[in-house]
Amino acid sequence: MELTLGPVAYHWSAAKKLDFYARIADEAPVSTVYLGEVICSKRAPFFEREMPEAIARLQRGGKRVVVSSLAEVMLNRERRATADLAEIKDFEIEINNAAGLYARGKRPHRVGPFLNAYNEATIAWMADQGATHVCLPTEMPAAAVAKAAAAAHGLGLGTEVQVFGRAPLAVSARCYHARAHNRTKDNCQFVCEDDPDGMPLETRDGTAILRVNGIQTQSESYIELLGELDELRGMGVTHARLLPQDVDMVAVARAFDGVLAGRTAPAEARVQLDAACPGVGFSNGFFYGEAGYRRIERLAAG
Amino acid sequence: MTAEDFSRAGELVCPAGTPAALRTAVDAGADSIYCGFRNATNARNFPGLNFTPEELDASVAYAHARGSKVLLALNTYPPAGKVDLWREAAEQGMRAGVDAFIVADMGVAQHIAATHPGARLHLSVQAAASSPEAIRYYCEHFGVRRVVLPRILTIPEIKAIKREIPCEIETFIFGNHGLMVEGRCSLTNWLTGLSTNMDGVCSPAADVTYERDDDGTMRSRLAGFTIDSFAPEETAGYPTICKGRYNAPHRPEGYYAFEEPISLNLARLLPDLMAAGVHAFKIEGRQRSKSYVRRVVSAFRRAVDNIREGHAPDIGDLVALTEGQKETQGAFKTKKWR
Amino acid sequence: MTTMQSLRPVPRGPGFPGAVLRAALQPVLGRVVRRIAARHPDMFARIAPYQKADFLIVANELPFALHLRPDPDAPMMRAVPKSPLPPSDARIEGPFLLLLNLVDGESDGDAAFFSRELTISGNTEAVVSLRNALDDVDGSIAQETADLFGPPGRAVLGMLRRRGAAA
Repeated sequence: MELTLGPVAYHWSAAKKLDFYARIADEAPVSTVYLGEVICSKRAPFFEREMPEAIARLQRGGKRVVVSSLAEVMLNRERRATADLAEIKDFEIEINNAAGLYARGKRPHRVGPFLNAYNEATIAWMADQGATHVCLPTEMPAAAVAKAAAAAHGLGLGTEVQVFGRAPLAVSARCYHARAHNRTKDNCQFVCEDDPDGMPLETRDGTAILRVNGIQTQSESYIELLGELDELRGMGVTHARLLPQDVDMVAVARAFDGVLAGRTAPAEARVQLDAACPGVGFSNGFFYGEAGYRRIERLAAG
Repeated sequence: MTAEDFSRAGELVCPAGTPAALRTAVDAGADSIYCGFRNATNARNFPGLNFTPEELDASVAYAHARGSKVLLALNTYPPAGKVDLWREAAEQGMRAGVDAFIVADMGVAQHIAATHPGARLHLSVQAAASSPEAIRYYCEHFGVRRVVLPRILTIPEIKAIKREIPCEIETFIFGNHGLMVEGRCSLTNWLTGLSTNMDGVCSPAADVTYERDDDGTMRSRLAGFTIDSFAPEETAGYPTICKGRYNAPHRPEGYYAFEEPISLNLARLLPDLMAAGVHAFKIEGRQRSKSYVRRVVSAFRRAVDNIREGHAPDIGDLVALTEGQKETQGAFKTKKWR
Repeated sequence: MTTMQSLRPVPRGPGFPGAVLRAALQPVLGRVVRRIAARHPDMFARIAPYQKADFLIVANELPFALHLRPDPDAPMMRAVPKSPLPPSDARIEGPFLLLLNLVDGESDGDAAFFSRELTISGNTEAVVSLRNALDDVDGSIAQETADLFGPPGRAVLGMLRRRGAAA
């Protein structure tokens, strides 16, 4: 099973992203890096100029590069961005909206986690339309992941599952970052840049619960499936996705790589992860069909 | 079948959570009624709600005898390994003689299109198709004849979309005002372990508790998490996560981070929506009572008939039925809503 | 989960102890619920998981509460004291006429809840299931109940409705 790095969900500055990808290129044990703006079309211009440089840097580091498309396509600039992305020939693309599927036609593409490939029938349909690889929705439980991975394998598709990072829980047309600052989306002044790991929301009685990332809502705790990697591999899942958080992602990738390569036990890797992500809570409930925020300890220690 | 054969522009699409509510909607003048089975195949899989196959048979007969249509919601996403439940539901719908299926999942849409080429497909709001390209994808591949638009577009945007798509448009005009892109929301699953997409639930009642303090304050919780608290005289809402009150670094006093408890009411925009090319008007509320169905359907029946006769619509006061007893025109009126 | 402690003192009729009134009502209530159950058997499928659940229905104006167990084999409704209320799985509380209208599908439960007229506590799913089951009944359960008692029953129901409308 290969490790991948998913697209950055946050509005990091171009300089921060360039530094980030340079370090990933040189040091992170991931085979594939997805990049491109998935959440908010207003942010895209900020990295347009630097993106070729980041891509070249990643390729020099031996990474396979995949460009990801917007999850929400409504405005003309979003339709144009999606249509342009569908014309890319030099890299693989990951599509996150049906508008992208329409533009891409039968040319090869990857299916992103926002496209709702929940089952074997949908995956078979998508394979027939040129999909080569599918990233399953983060909320899928193990039983469904196993069946979906088997179906994808039978069709010659790769299967990817998120194993690290905040759970993407919802997207909206409304920008909640702007709303928190009494602004509208059109006049947001890019206030989301102030929260490189999302803006925390807690309940009225003080329980941290969610994170706001522009139009996206994420979980407070990070998903962490170190102890489940073996089982995922056994199901035929081919790729394990790390979502970039504002922590030492090289250390995170190394912790996961250690378990995948059999060098470290999950418990030991978890200690490494705790060190790389100070103050962060971890969850794996979705995998077990439980409330996502829960942390389920495996009975058989891996 | 052309659009005109199916219904006249201004079709009133009304909710029914029980056979009694369906009959109420028919009697109140619904052009069509949407409903679902008593399982995960639809997005209102709530306790005590919905139809058995036998109830659907009888309900379709009742509606057809009075000139109304029945649309079957199969608008959730089957998780791998459970696809058969959705396929059986489609077969039961065919046997009952429903007039259309409301679908979201590509696998479900493809299956019905392949096995029942004559069946009419409507694209659920749960598919979140918000651009001409996305809509055309479903039209060209699965023969979708109507799209239910997400509640995120302004009327000029709807008009622009209409010019570029080969199918009818249905928009919500009244009821619960969903904030998140439908079909892309796992908030409920994060807190409860039940999924909106896979299980058809949103803030399941089994996980909802209300607590009252001595001073009359009411606190609503979902799976133990406080979603909101209401002062004694303050109007309340559903304990849905996207209508909850939270604290943020810049809002330590607590605020509705996503949206306040409020309902959509586009009664005053009906003529504009029709002029923009909207074919069908949808009333939300399969989980609501017969009383709600009777009052809302009757009010909008009058309004649509007024418009068809060239008069200004007579809009009754429906605010008492709205969540938080507040109403909004949401994204339809202005981009500033976003 | 029930933390509501703010029930008003029960108004007592002059010289009419609650226990006597409740004892007088029990056979009547039992007859009513058995009759309704017999006439609307479909209703029970909608409350399948809660057929053995204990519901308390507390009308603000009545000197007693109603205890309902929607068990199709042994449907039960009885009057119980308001203070202290017996243990229950779920409690529904509001003005009498509102509760009557909810049972009859004349009012919308959600709207009543939004307005804070209606309060529910305990097992919310049980309440929602009961509400949906009752809502699928055509016609008026209150009227059926009144009809059970002939002209006097109908007269009482009419009086209650007029009093509610005037309130």
